[in-house]
Amino acid sequence: MASSKSAYSFAGKKQKPDTHIIVVWVDNEAGVLARVVGLFSGRGYNIESLAVAEVDQKQNISRITIVTTGTPQVVDQIKLQLKKLVPVHKVADFKREDKNVIFKEMALFKFVANNGKLNKAFEACKNFNPVILDKTNKSNVIQITALRREIDIMSKNLKKFGLVSVSRTGAVAMTRGSEIFK
Amino acid sequence: MPKFYSGAEIVFKCLEDQNVSHIFGYPGGAVLPIYDELKNFNSIKHILVRHEQGAGHAAEGYARSTGKPGVLLVTSGPGATNAVTALTDAYMDSVPLVCITGQVPTHLIGTDAFQECDTTGITRPCTKHNWLVKDVNDLAEIMHKAFEVATTGRPGPVLVDIPKDIQFQKSKYKNFKNNKKLNGKSHDNYSQKNIDELINLISKAKKPIFYTGGGVINSGTKASELLRELVYTTGFPITSTLQGLGCFPADDNQFLGMLGMHGTYEANNAMYSCDLMINVGARFDDRITGKIDEFSPKSKKVHIDIDPSSINKNVKVDLAIVGDIKSVLTTTLKTFKKSKKNFYKSNKSQISNWWEQIQKWRSKRSLDYIGSEETIKPQYAIERLYELTKDKDTYITTEVGQHQMWAAQHYKFNKPNRWMTSGGLGTMGYGLPAAVGVQIAHPKKLVIDIAGEASVLMTMQEMSTAVQYNLPIKIFILNNEYMGMVRQWQELLHDKNYSESYTAALPDFVKMAEAYGCVGIRAKTPEELDDKIIEMLNTDRPVIFDCLVDKQENCFPMIPSGKPHNQMLLGPKDQKEKKITGKGRTLV
Repeated sequence: MASSKSAYSFAGKKQKPDTHIIVVWVDNEAGVLARVVGLFSGRGYNIESLAVAEVDQKQNISRITIVTTGTPQVVDQIKLQLKKLVPVHKVADFKREDKNVIFKEMALFKFVANNGKLNKAFEACKNFNPVILDKTNKSNVIQITALRREIDIMSKNLKKFGLVSVSRTGAVAMTRGSEIFK
Repeated sequence: MPKFYSGAEIVFKCLEDQNVSHIFGYPGGAVLPIYDELKNFNSIKHILVRHEQGAGHAAEGYARSTGKPGVLLVTSGPGATNAVTALTDAYMDSVPLVCITGQVPTHLIGTDAFQECDTTGITRPCTKHNWLVKDVNDLAEIMHKAFEVATTGRPGPVLVDIPKDIQFQKSKYKNFKNNKKLNGKSHDNYSQKNIDELINLISKAKKPIFYTGGGVINSGTKASELLRELVYTTGFPITSTLQGLGCFPADDNQFLGMLGMHGTYEANNAMYSCDLMINVGARFDDRITGKIDEFSPKSKKVHIDIDPSSINKNVKVDLAIVGDIKSVLTTTLKTFKKSKKNFYKSNKSQISNWWEQIQKWRSKRSLDYIGSEETIKPQYAIERLYELTKDKDTYITTEVGQHQMWAAQHYKFNKPNRWMTSGGLGTMGYGLPAAVGVQIAHPKKLVIDIAGEASVLMTMQEMSTAVQYNLPIKIFILNNEYMGMVRQWQELLHDKNYSESYTAALPDFVKMAEAYGCVGIRAKTPEELDDKIIEMLNTDRPVIFDCLVDKQENCFPMIPSGKPHNQMLLGPKDQKEKKITGKGRTLV
């Protein structure tokens, strides 16, 4: 078949994408998460992880933390588009490298193994505030809090100690020091 | 004791308080309680359409021509899904609409009940905001907020979904207060410093251009007046997008015509070569910019827009002024008069070379076409229609395709709110119902839908609405028996493989007009065209005008894709010299 002469427009020059953490304060009402997530999928933006919960019961405010990658132009658009949504109060945006912001994810690991391996598993988690939430003579459940890539590495490395199941949250973020985002 | 009202009554109380005089709608099971209440509210007139999409476009026509929000009332399920096209159209073109939909009773939601659909889910991406009313006590507040969201900032459609049981339940009605803020969302976000910077750029520019869009229209008639004042004070050339036509008089010497894919040679070349581009209420749409990387490479760009997310979305600008056009232009003119009293005189020599260059581009006469004595050229038909209607205050709507572009090129608009067309979404079938809405809003005015025979068949049933309400709309069909724009692309890009673009088995439009109870007129030759148009204008009833035009005519000029503004395809005269080959054949 001869190549078609019809074409769509060509994409212009691309900027380099970065990872950003977007924090959105919204009215906790029906469908609000769908609005935020729908905006991302509808405009072709990326969601790497998502964490959402009500943070102010009196004023009915939920805080959504979204990890996304995009070029500076796309990240700007994400923020501006989010701000246009009626239930959105404010939007913050941090670069993953930002030293003034704390990012944390939580993971639950289930190990099924003998006691020796279970102990080694706990030992391996030592740097990430491990808490044993459940223990039997052949299994345990350990909770850790760490950065995304640390959890990535851990879930790979812990296989040898009998890791059978991983459950993890999306990242949440908080600025350091006395400052709060207005 | 406070009085209690049913949900259905509250809906109408709200509409009354919002000064709504007309609603467009179609009844059905889930909105019957609301329809039952209609008889008790004499100030609100209901216009019965023949399809919910028609209700939406009619409300759009009403809104675009008046500046007030359009209201539609449809039932659940298919009623709501039929309205989706019109809502999306309004969303793309920033038209304020309030869509009220019925919903199955709350206890049936989620059970796949008869005529149930997830209306708020379906319409979430095509409205500014939508609400499912779950408590009758929230209804009044939601209704008023809906009007506020639709009409403030960048206007757009909103939807309120009301379950049938809520329409029956009773609640108190509080009169609404008009001063609530939307989560503190403000719309004027610029400073005097921005304005000073703009004036500084204006005073330095040697090759400036105003690029104006639908935002000027949306900002109200005052904005158009201010724009004219600014353009006359500066002496700068001005071009407009499809949606902005009418905010500056098209027959003025400073107006370069429409820009973009089918814009004039002078407008597009001026955009490419300018050193200062002042975008007033336009959004750098891909049909305007062509190849982004080569879009106006040497210019400083200023963008005045009410929507912050429009800034830097497609094109990076040097100065962004976020605010309502009316307010920004008022401040600009005020500052301008204070700081540059003699600007017009001193500036004349500074931009005289630029105007000379523009005159050279103009002399290409890019809208010219080869006339004919045997067949009616579509451009000629529009020209004649314009000449014979220009002394009346005429409202024009269009469908989508070649006829739309010819109308934009050859019909000269001098006032805002006189031109209703589907630009962003490009909805075939928009024009006829929109004309219904325009005529409802302006009963004594001349309303013409410039149509193509393919588009108009998509919503032809609304002729019945026009007849029912004695709306003397004129449907002016440029009938070439093809989906003209599709045929044009197939000719230029697909080796003349006219795949499915010929409209076989067309109805006889004159007989069809008679069947609907309106008047049918047919024009076959250029010779009889004027007489027939005059006959149409003298008919005080709805008319379908079947204008048989040249079947092969293409719409030029045209910017092929992957091409910047300065590489346009011109009409047949010019093409003989420059054959379209290779890359030039690809279009956006």
